[in-house]
Amino acid sequence: MTDTVPDTPRSGPLVRLSDLLWRNPRLTVFLLLAPPALWLGIVYLGALFALLAQSFFSIDEFSGLIVYELTLKTYGELFTPANLDIIIRTVVMAASVTVAAAIISFPIAYYAARYARGRWKAVFYIGVMLPLWSSYLVKVYSWKLILAKEGILNWLFETLHLSWLLNAYLSLPVVGGNSLSVSWTGTFLVFLYVWLPFMVLPVQASLERVPPTMLEASGDLGATPGQTFRHVLLPLALPGVIAGSIFTFSLTLGDYIIPQIVGSSRRFIGQAVYSYQGTAGNIPLAAAFAVVPIVIMGIYLWVAKKKGAFDAL
Amino acid sequence: MSTDRAPLWLKLAAAGGLAFMHLPILLIFVYAFTTEDKSYQWPPPGLTLKWFAVTWNRPDVWEALGLSLRVAAISTAIALVLGTLCAAAVSRARFFGREAVSLLVILPIALPGIITGISLRSAFNIMDIPFSFWTIVLGHATFCVVVVYNNAVARFRRTSGSLIEASMDLGANSFQTFQHVILPNIATALLAGGMLAFALSFDEVIVTTFTAGQQQTLPIWMLEELVRPRQRPVTNVVAMVVVLVTFLPILGAYYLTRGTETVAGQGK
Amino acid sequence: MTTAVRFSRVSRHYGPVKAVNDVDIDIAEGEFFAMLGPSGSGKTTCLRLIAGFDQPTSGEIEIFGDSAHGVPPYKRHVNTVFQDYALFPHLNVVDNVAYGLMIAGQPKTERRRAAEEALEMVALPGYGGRRPSELSGGQRQRVALARALVNQPKVLLLDEPLGALDLKLREQMQEELKALQRKLGITFVFVTHDQGEALSMADRVAVFNEGRIVQVGKPHDIYYRPDVPFVADFVGSSNVLPPHLTEELTGTWTHATVRPEAVRLSDTGLPATVRSSSFIGTATRVTMDTEHATIVALLPKGAAVPHSGDKVHVTWDPADLHLMEQGG
Repeated sequence: MTDTVPDTPRSGPLVRLSDLLWRNPRLTVFLLLAPPALWLGIVYLGALFALLAQSFFSIDEFSGLIVYELTLKTYGELFTPANLDIIIRTVVMAASVTVAAAIISFPIAYYAARYARGRWKAVFYIGVMLPLWSSYLVKVYSWKLILAKEGILNWLFETLHLSWLLNAYLSLPVVGGNSLSVSWTGTFLVFLYVWLPFMVLPVQASLERVPPTMLEASGDLGATPGQTFRHVLLPLALPGVIAGSIFTFSLTLGDYIIPQIVGSSRRFIGQAVYSYQGTAGNIPLAAAFAVVPIVIMGIYLWVAKKKGAFDAL
Repeated sequence: MSTDRAPLWLKLAAAGGLAFMHLPILLIFVYAFTTEDKSYQWPPPGLTLKWFAVTWNRPDVWEALGLSLRVAAISTAIALVLGTLCAAAVSRARFFGREAVSLLVILPIALPGIITGISLRSAFNIMDIPFSFWTIVLGHATFCVVVVYNNAVARFRRTSGSLIEASMDLGANSFQTFQHVILPNIATALLAGGMLAFALSFDEVIVTTFTAGQQQTLPIWMLEELVRPRQRPVTNVVAMVVVLVTFLPILGAYYLTRGTETVAGQGK
Repeated sequence: MTTAVRFSRVSRHYGPVKAVNDVDIDIAEGEFFAMLGPSGSGKTTCLRLIAGFDQPTSGEIEIFGDSAHGVPPYKRHVNTVFQDYALFPHLNVVDNVAYGLMIAGQPKTERRRAAEEALEMVALPGYGGRRPSELSGGQRQRVALARALVNQPKVLLLDEPLGALDLKLREQMQEELKALQRKLGITFVFVTHDQGEALSMADRVAVFNEGRIVQVGKPHDIYYRPDVPFVADFVGSSNVLPPHLTEELTGTWTHATVRPEAVRLSDTGLPATVRSSSFIGTATRVTMDTEHATIVALLPKGAAVPHSGDKVHVTWDPADLHLMEQGG
């Protein structure tokens, strides 16, 4: 070895550092991990804990100033009928959206996993990825157009002479309202639309893992297609459904924009958090409200983990 | 199995589901050309191109677009560095707390955005940090890391560890190995991750409402229009442009990882 | 003769797992040295310690007299042929082969010429422009060999290099590797779990078991004179006689072995019952149960083949009975 080439020295600070890293694999991992861990630890976790800490403070009712004394009083306020109403409404909405998303996504996911081949597979994949990634606000906006009084949906009902049906539906309590765009149903449709792709992908992933021979075996053993679906396909797809439901549930719990744009004046958790921290200036109550989805999701994730849902993510 | 064919009901249900996911977005494209400017009337009374010109001449739209692009570019750059480092560490060694690191990366996107947003805002308040370009970037970079991380970690997993050993065996030190072997092998995954991070940041509104103060990114501009519609035709055009702008990186990311990565759990 | 690689009491522990446990090796310059053992026996870890991909927990490794302590792989004059070949997928064949020279700073034209020569040496001239993914398993293996040899290493490490090839190709490559090693005179350290491969190629073989070397020696000695029952069993499934049977036959309390091809059936000798017999082409393999041990015999073509259940007697030339040194 007589080469004396300047650009590849066998010594020098960079090579010494490289030697050091080789001798200490742990140091290497530490150095790789330090920047992202510091960023996420300080910026994200720091802010998160600062917020949670504030939920243990309370607000002075007269001065409107935050009292920096540890108390559970703010959490107590969550259980006033009005606030409890908000929490229950949000959880019911999240659950309805999750169930509907699971039902609609199943045929798409099943077709894509079992029958689509080659080019069609790509079509299905992009067909789910594009709505998943396209602009959240644009998606919400498109439903404002659809649900508007002069919009396409009302026009469709009129053209088909079915307006009476729509009006009958809107006169129902709870789900109905003056028009679709200010009804519970409107909010539900937009939530469903916006989060649906988050359900399709994990369900498809879990169905991809079901070998077709297993379904044939079930049929071979005398099961009707319905029985095969119930006893073979559904249990195998369940982890995927749970994984998808983590998204649909969590995203619905925390959203404050959709019910603000399409929906009635009845508030959801996200709106409550938003208004308490903003106009009301009641940061402790906003923080306590923010803990609600965290706790619900914590329980949900714990159950999901037990069911093995994370393998499908 | 090409022998078995899908039953008709399944075909219809699948097609219906896909249509449900796409028709509303396509509707935006029609509205961008409508002559009606006071309501959301369907069917459009007439078609025109004039709103494109009107939008083109709106400085507020351009400003919001500029801010969004700058925020997305810087956030993506930060997320690329942090996400790659994290993926390298996690794929390199089994160490204590590996799971915790993965969880930490995913958390900002797993928890509702409003929690991230309000946390950051109250942290800025406590530390007396005024809202600026950088407060927006701080939030965006945080939730963009996971996208880059996911792409990079999948590629690292595929790249055999013996490639790195082979490079060192042939005389390359850690940095030469990174330059000549690791980087070329993960480049497309990083590009894909970066594109998705860009799309995510460009589109983000929930966290941004808490970290932007008086500044307007394009999604915030749109949100204002949604809550208090003043310029319906301009909003229609902007919405259509946003859809087109986000489609490009998504398609790009798909083509970059196609065939190399397993498509969404084609577990075989 | 110079020592190429020396291990002095080298151990590599992963927590409670003793992957390599107190190993001493001396590999001479120019030697074709095989490390043989079942998976998990520590042979591959030893190879990685020589290459520098791993560092010993204790003990000292010397490469041509220089301590390898704290020396990273890129500063060792040692190159490796990997089990999965580890060809760089983003480079074509010639750039793969020239990688080491590129890192060493050789100008482009020079290193390309050297790479082409190396490819000629492994019988792949003109393949330089292809991608590794366009090559067959055997061709990839040759490229990996060329990529290592072009750097003129003092020691070439081969980690199960023939494992992924089919039988015919494997036999061909065994001969080529052996010829190449003789021609270049480079020290080869070869890791394998295939005893036939080790015995046919190596000048010396080290047999590994559970992190230790249980025997080092020439292939002939390993085969005919195993030191311990494990070697007898692992290297070509010899018959192992337990100590009390050996004592009965020879008066010495120790394990002993006798090769199946040395076992004969006769009218006198050890009584045995035939369990099974199977025709394996050149011979018939007969498994028999004696009172203390199971004995396998390889009967040459033409010999009378007993049926299962037959009562027979087995015998062998006393010179074919090998007494082991250690009790075991």
